[in-house]
Formats: sequence, C-alpha cells, structure tokens
Amino acid sequence: MSEFIDIWIVGLGKATIIYAAPLIFAALGGLFSERSGIVNIGLEGMMTGGAFFAIYGSDIGGSSIVGILFAVAAGMALAAIHAVATITFHADQIISGTAIVLIAAGLINFLNLNLFGPNGSPASIAVPAKVGGVSVLVLLAIAAVVVTQYVVFRTPFGLRLRSVGEHPRAADTVGISVVRYRYVGVLVSGALAGLGGAFISFNVSSYSEGMVAGNGYIALAALIIGKWKPMGCVLASLLFGLSQGLVARVHGVSPDLISMLPYVITLIVLVGFVGKSIAPAAAGKPYDAH
Amino acid sequence: MSTTTHTGLGSGTSAGADGRPILELRGVSKRFGDFYANKDVNFDLRAGEVHCLCGENGAGKSTMMNMLYGLLEPTEGGIFIDGQPARITGPRHAIDLGIGMVHQHFMLIPVFTVAENIVLADEPKQGMMLDMKAGEQRVRELSDRYGLKVDPTSLVQDITVGQQQRAEILKALYRKARILILDEPTAVLTPQEIEELLNVIRQLRDEGMSIIMISHKLREVLSIADRVSVLRRGEMVGTVDAAGQTEDSLARMMVGRDVLLRVDKTEAIPERPVLQLRNLWVKDDRELDAVRGATFEVHAGEIVALAGIDGNGQSELVDAIAGLRHSEQGEVVLDGEVITNLTPHDISDAGLGHIPEDRHRRGIVLDFDLRENSILHDWDKPDIVRFGIIDTAASAERAELLCTMYDVRSGAGIISRSGALSGGNQQKLVIAREIQRDPKLLIAAQPTRGVDIGAIEFIHQRLVEERDAGTAVLLVSLEMQEVLSLADRIIVIFEGQIVAEFEGGRVDEQTLGKAMIGSGGPA
Repeated sequence: MSEFIDIWIVGLGKATIIYAAPLIFAALGGLFSERSGIVNIGLEGMMTGGAFFAIYGSDIGGSSIVGILFAVAAGMALAAIHAVATITFHADQIISGTAIVLIAAGLINFLNLNLFGPNGSPASIAVPAKVGGVSVLVLLAIAAVVVTQYVVFRTPFGLRLRSVGEHPRAADTVGISVVRYRYVGVLVSGALAGLGGAFISFNVSSYSEGMVAGNGYIALAALIIGKWKPMGCVLASLLFGLSQGLVARVHGVSPDLISMLPYVITLIVLVGFVGKSIAPAAAGKPYDAH
Repeated sequence: MSTTTHTGLGSGTSAGADGRPILELRGVSKRFGDFYANKDVNFDLRAGEVHCLCGENGAGKSTMMNMLYGLLEPTEGGIFIDGQPARITGPRHAIDLGIGMVHQHFMLIPVFTVAENIVLADEPKQGMMLDMKAGEQRVRELSDRYGLKVDPTSLVQDITVGQQQRAEILKALYRKARILILDEPTAVLTPQEIEELLNVIRQLRDEGMSIIMISHKLREVLSIADRVSVLRRGEMVGTVDAAGQTEDSLARMMVGRDVLLRVDKTEAIPERPVLQLRNLWVKDDRELDAVRGATFEVHAGEIVALAGIDGNGQSELVDAIAGLRHSEQGEVVLDGEVITNLTPHDISDAGLGHIPEDRHRRGIVLDFDLRENSILHDWDKPDIVRFGIIDTAASAERAELLCTMYDVRSGAGIISRSGALSGGNQQKLVIAREIQRDPKLLIAAQPTRGVDIGAIEFIHQRLVEERDAGTAVLLVSLEMQEVLSLADRIIVIFEGQIVAEFEGGRVDEQTLGKAMIGSGGPA
C-alpha cells in the first residue's frame, strides 16, 4: 500500500510538477508575446538557450543565481532577435520563430562543445535548492503566474499590452506606442522561456543536447488550450505534466506508443473540452503604423 | 438645449459664439509622390460651431483629417490652434491639443468593455493597479450628462453599432476634447440612431464644443451645419454658411456640375416573374427565425425595393436567395428554375447578379488586384480559365472594360490592390462586375452605402438602365429616399414578414415609415 502511495501519489505528483513547471514558465512567456500580438514559436529555442546558460552561468559564477540570470539573459537575447525581425522589420512571425529555434539549436551546440568540451558540463554544478526533490524554482513559477495575472489583467500596462494585440490601430489612435509594447511583450516572453529552460537543466544538474525536447511547442499548446489566460496555462501545463508522469509509470505497453500519450491528450482536450479558443485578434499580423 | 426640431431637419443655428477660429489650416498641401491629396487648403473652424466637410470619395477629406489628428504630416502649409502654429506629431499630441476624432471605422477593441476602451491610455489608477470601478463611474457620468446611452461594462462586441459610436464619442469626451472630428458618423446608423446622434451633436455644440463633421448626406448636413466646406479633387472649393444652401447647391459644389438628386426614370414595364419566393423561412446566426414565410415576386423590367429597418430579416433573405444561407422551408425560383439551397456558384450561373451589402466581406477580396476581382465568378469559365490556368490577358481585358465603363478610378490602374481604392470605386467595381454578367435577377443590397453623391447618381442610373434592359432588380435599402426614388414597387419587411406592399411613387415617407415599424399599411 505504501509502495502504491509512493509511486502513484507522491511520485506521480512530483513528476507532474517537474514536467509542468517549465511549461508554465514558457506558456506564460508565450502569453506575454501573443497578448501583444506577436506569435512566438521561438519559445523552444529560447528555452534551449536558457537550459544551457543556466548551467554555464552557474558553473562560471559558482552560484545558481548567476545561472538563473544567465538563462534569463539568453532567453531575452534570442527574443530580441525575434522582436527586431518581426516588429521593426515586419518579418513573418512563424518564419522568424522557426529561425530562432534553429539558430538556438546550432549556436548552443557550438557553445556547449566549445565551453564545456566533448564530455559536457562538469559534474558539480550549483543548482537551486530542492524541497522534497522539487526545485524551489517552482515557487518562482507560482509567483510568475500570480504576477502575470495581475500585470496583464489588472494594470494599465496590461490593458495597453492587450490592446496592441487586439487592435493595434485603435491603440495607436489613443497614443499607445504599438512598437514599444510589443517589444516588451516579446522580451518578457524570452525571459520566462529562459527560466523554463533553466528549470529543465537544473533539474538534472547538467545540460545535454536536445533536452528541451519539444517543451516549447507543448507550452504553445498549453497557451492555446489555456485560452491565453494564466490559470488556463497552469491547468493545461499540469495536464501535460500528469500525462508525462504517467508515461514513465506505465509498463507493459510499448514506450514509443505510450510516449504519444501527451499529444493524444492535447488533441482530445483541444477538440473535445476546451471549446472555442480565440487568439488575440492581431496576433501574427505585422503592424505598419501609417 | 438647442433649437432642435423634432424631425431633426431644421436648419442649424447659433454659429460660433464669437467667430474666433479655434483651428485653422493655412495653405496646407499633402503630396504622395506626384499626387496631391490636398492642395493649398485653407480651412477654419470657429469655436462652438458645427462645420461640415463635404466632398466626393477621394476628394481629400480623410487626408485633411488625418493631418489634424497627427496621422499624416502636411507637405506644405501650417496648422494653427488658437492662433498658434501647431506641428501635430501624432495622435497623442492631437489629444493633448484637445482634438478628438471618431473614425469612420471605429477604433474599438471588441473583446474589451466599453469602459476599458474609453480609458485606454489614460487609465484611472489605484496605486499600480487599474481602477476600472472609477473608470466605469466616469464613463457613466459622461454618458448621463450627454445622453450617450451605453453600458460601460458591456463588451463592445455585444453592443449595437449605434452604441459603439456613442462609446467612440465618449472616448473623445473622456479625453477632454474641445474639437471633435466625426468622420462620416451617420454612414452606419439607422434613421432613429441618426436622429439621436444629431441631437447629441447639437447639445455638444451648445456646450461649446467645436465640431467638424464629414458627411455625404446633404440633408443631414443642412440640418446640422452652421457652415459647410467643400473639397473637390484635393482643393477647397469654398466655405459657405449652411443657411441659404440647398441640397442641389451643395451637390453642385461637390461635383462641379449639376447633379440629378432625383432619379430620372420612365414607368416600368414589368414582364414575366423572374424571382419567385414561396413561403420562405430562414434562420439567423443565433438560430432564430429571421425570415418568416416570405412570399413575393420580382418581375423582369421592374425595380422592387425591399424596405425595412435594419435587422428585420433583409440580410438573411438576400443570403438565402444567393445560396449563402440555408433556407429552412419554402422555395426560391429563379426564372422558372428552383434554386433553393443550391450553391452560390450554381445560383450565380443560373442568372443571379449580387451586389452584397458588405462589399469588404463578400463583394471583393481586398488583397486582390482589380483583374482578380473582376473574374471572381469565372474560375470555371473557359473564356477566362484554360486548362486550369487563368488567362491573365483575358482577365486584364475584363478589368479594363469594367473600369472604363463604370469609371472605376484607381491609383495604379488594373494592377491596383482593391483595398487601396476608395469605397465608392470599390462599389463601382462590384456593380460593374455583377451587371456585366448580364444577370436575370440583380440584387442590389444597400448599393450606395458609404458612397459619395456623384457615384450614387451613377449607380442609380445603372440600376434603372438594367431594369430597362429587362433585368429584374431587387433593391434592399435602409435609405428611405433611395427606396422612394428608385422603386417601381415597394415591399416592406418587418420582423421577417412581408407586412406591406406599395406602388412606387404612390406612397409618402410617413406611410412607408409607419409600415417599416410594423404599424399599418395595406398588406
């Protein structure tokens, strides 16, 4: 009985949180960007940057705080490329986002090989403290949810951010700088995605190639299922986390088939339960002032 | 309060309190490449007056207003506010100078509440937080004070167009505008809403607001304006006192020649029935019965107007005939052939020409050029498409023909993006395309909405010509004037039912108006 509780309650609960936390960070990141009208499928790349630089920063700074700051900076640097391309130069947001993912993959591999060498990151890396096997960064994720809810829906800044994502021309005619708010949205997006990546690599105290493994895309799905709302993103991320946790605990079925589970769940939830999920009206559309 | 007459058509009075100009344009030009959108324009707005700005589409009215609102910068000349030169750098600057603008296409965010839209960028705060309670309160105060009834907590997407417009005006009042620019504010309103709006404008003026109103509708202009300025091809034709002007005199100023405001037509000679509706039932988007058992005919060689207040089932009825909406019950017969619930393409091939009420959504594809829009129907016609490939020479030839015959003016000719054309020219393109297909039945749904006066005359003449050529014409219009002047027969729709029928020319405005609100009239 206690074995059952260990595996299916405590173990599964812990796994759910560990899988869900990075998704929550990244989905909130996506929320900031898309609420401002910029689709950000570069989240995956920004998470990859965050995952690597968390370990690198922690290694050279000797402190996980430095790692976290590096991760945030890396995410924002990649986001800045996306922002310049899409906001200033009106590049297609999907293409730019895809380019960010590919750029991040190549660049981070290069840095990983050159900074850490073929054996990867050193064994002793300072990571944020863990409570019951779960990083305290989870607290930061919870804080991010609360702060996002308030900032986006309860402050003048949030109203303006959403206005440029819904109807930039209307925002423009009351004197809101569409460009400035979109830049802020995308940069915050990068910072949060960087944190999401940091959570993944800190969890195993090392960086390895490909470890973000599609989490950026799943975070986008969580954003859509969560209807671009913070609590919605949390619930959707927990659902994905739970299904990932189940994958690790089901035996006797081909692991390849079982690993499809989170994605099958996505489709079923999306089609069956969420109802109509409406994106910010101007998301994906470049804004040309006059 | 003002000198409002109950019909709202009394002449505006009480010109500017002291005649001092609050806003002036001196020798303003705006050039795009080699093209002057405004050339050496002089204009002044006196404090406390309603100054109407008239002109045909493309005359440069919007350019002028966009310069006042800081969206465009003059190439030459200067703008003066309270006698001081002002270089208006952007909307924020214009707002700070006391200029408010209600754009023709509302600048409202559908998923925000009315109050959120109004306070946006000037939000009331409590600490760092948005104080929407205070915002709603402020909106309520303004709304009560000026009789601009709208619920501040409603989402914009849930309220009527008239209420949205009130929200737009409140937006300007909330920002303490002294100068209010209204860009074709009545184009989208029902007759009752227009009446209410004009009363609000009078009240604002009487409280000292200086108002510039752009309008094509000369009756409204005469009823509300203290002075009228007319632009033609970018140049200011002149500014006159509204008192003493007539619709004819203003129309002449706008177009530069005499304009026929009445439609010149002979008695209709109706022939065989072309459109026959038998007990047609249609549901609207909310699954409610919008058309309830409509039965009527339109004959070859006559113009039948379907009159009614907006939202009484006209749109659904037209959609059902065109195959754009499912008919629940009943029959639509086009020249003897049952076309109920066929595809729009088949119905169109069966002989329907359709000038849709919403040209942006259904008439043309804004991102297509004129050639592509000219052949929208013809993706399966061998004279345009051979072996699955569009014959670009043929489509160009078609577009040239339509543009020449219907005087469609565009910046770059047939390769212009259709969205770059003025509303009147877009509409002329749609009408040209539909008429050139030589339809048996031509449905013209609000064919002159948002179209200037010269183009209205042109469109009305084309519809009469079509009738005389033996086409059955079904006109759907919210404009009583249009119905009365064009129709050979008038059918009134109220709450989805045909409640009255009149012979054209044998009914007055009052009787027709009564029938449209569902009271009286011989069925």
